[in-house]
Amino acid sequence: MIRVVLPAHLRSLAKLNGEVKLDVDGEVTQGAVLDALEAAYPMLRGTMRDQATKQRRPFVRFYACEEDLSHEPPDKLLPDAVAAGTEPYLVIGAMAGG
Amino acid sequence: MTGVRVLVGTRKGAFTLTSDGSRRDWEVSGPHFPGWEIYHVAGSPAEPDRLFASQSSGWFGQLIQRSDDGGQTWEPMGNEFAYDGVPGTHQWYDGTPHPWEFARVWHLEPSPTDPDTVYAGVEDAALFKSTDGGGSWAELSGLRKHGSGPSWQPGAGGMCLHTIVLDPTNPARMYAAISAAGVFRSDDSGTTWRPINRGLQSEGIPDPDAEVGHCVHRIAMHPSRPDVLFMQKHWDVMRSDDAGENWHEVSGNLPTDFGFPIAVHAHEPETIYVVPITSDSHHFVMEGKLRVYRSRTGGNEWEALTAGLPQQDCYVNVLRDAMAIDSLDSCGVYFGTSGGAVYASADAGDSWAPIVADLPAVLSVEVQTLP
Repeated sequence: MIRVVLPAHLRSLAKLNGEVKLDVDGEVTQGAVLDALEAAYPMLRGTMRDQATKQRRPFVRFYACEEDLSHEPPDKLLPDAVAAGTEPYLVIGAMAGG
Repeated sequence: MTGVRVLVGTRKGAFTLTSDGSRRDWEVSGPHFPGWEIYHVAGSPAEPDRLFASQSSGWFGQLIQRSDDGGQTWEPMGNEFAYDGVPGTHQWYDGTPHPWEFARVWHLEPSPTDPDTVYAGVEDAALFKSTDGGGSWAELSGLRKHGSGPSWQPGAGGMCLHTIVLDPTNPARMYAAISAAGVFRSDDSGTTWRPINRGLQSEGIPDPDAEVGHCVHRIAMHPSRPDVLFMQKHWDVMRSDDAGENWHEVSGNLPTDFGFPIAVHAHEPETIYVVPITSDSHHFVMEGKLRVYRSRTGGNEWEALTAGLPQQDCYVNVLRDAMAIDSLDSCGVYFGTSGGAVYASADAGDSWAPIVADLPAVLSVEVQTLP
């Protein structure tokens, strides 16, 4: 069971309270987690990554286990603690503004 | 009982304002989608409880929301706006080629007859159509692929397709306006397009009467006379009496002819409204006075409408999609400001009162006349 924490705007869009819990088949990579997330909540398609290219949107970041994984390739395995569900995978709306 | 529903898009959410036919007392609902930019909310004339909203943010991109109960509940719809084929380039601000990139939906135009058909005008300028109630979108690429496309250049607000006008008497005819390319017309339901900018003069471009390159801000039509079009250009208020083939200036005695919205009275096709703005470098009204100008002669002769509007220390703007007209017997006129007020007149502009005063900056105002 993978735990995903979404920013407030995406939680409200998906009508969610709290964390998302996902089953991911096969290897637990960033791409597989995001694929599973978008399959479970189709309204999130296009909000975190481009629908065609799958490129991360510029002001969205992906963190886990105190590491910034935003620039890691989509097929890279996530940390064991995320795969085991002891640590969440964090989708972050980057701080911006003033 | 007859009533109205005003649909307001703001920088930080959407609001619906409802009243009965008297338009004195208002119920305010919202914010819907709080924190998101709502460029436009539009209702289907064919099914008035069906509303479409363009919801976007710099973080999470574009969403389209639909309500089938007059705005009480909403569902996200399709949000993939993929350009047809290889998009190619247009001109960037510095004149260099720039790839066509989708940024957001500026304007939604539901079909007058089919609740499942809706058009979307987007930035970078292109026209999309959905025939499944917003579930999926396909580009009408004949517009973007018009031969002049690579020469189009963005205005200061981006290269946006912001106005879509459908001819109610001829389903094959439609108009689209783009900043800063100009007005285009299709006579075959959006398959092919041609520019219709003859008569426009724009001093800000190298060739002032070029075929394309004009910063058209808004066009409006009265449904009973679809060949008569009115335009608020960057500077100049213009009129065409031949479906856009030729335009002539009708700015007349306006104190400034810079502005964004233009609207036509519901029952008087020669009565039109604009909100003059000081200049393109001062995006606020003149002399601290918020004045709507009305012409009852189809242009040239204008009168200031001020009753109930702030006449001192007011420095707001009114954007191109932020004025609307209802079709009650005594025609209602509505507009929203960058200061977050929405004003209503139930007597065709003779007197005004704020419905709300402190919303986030208003991006768009539409009104539905309800049975």
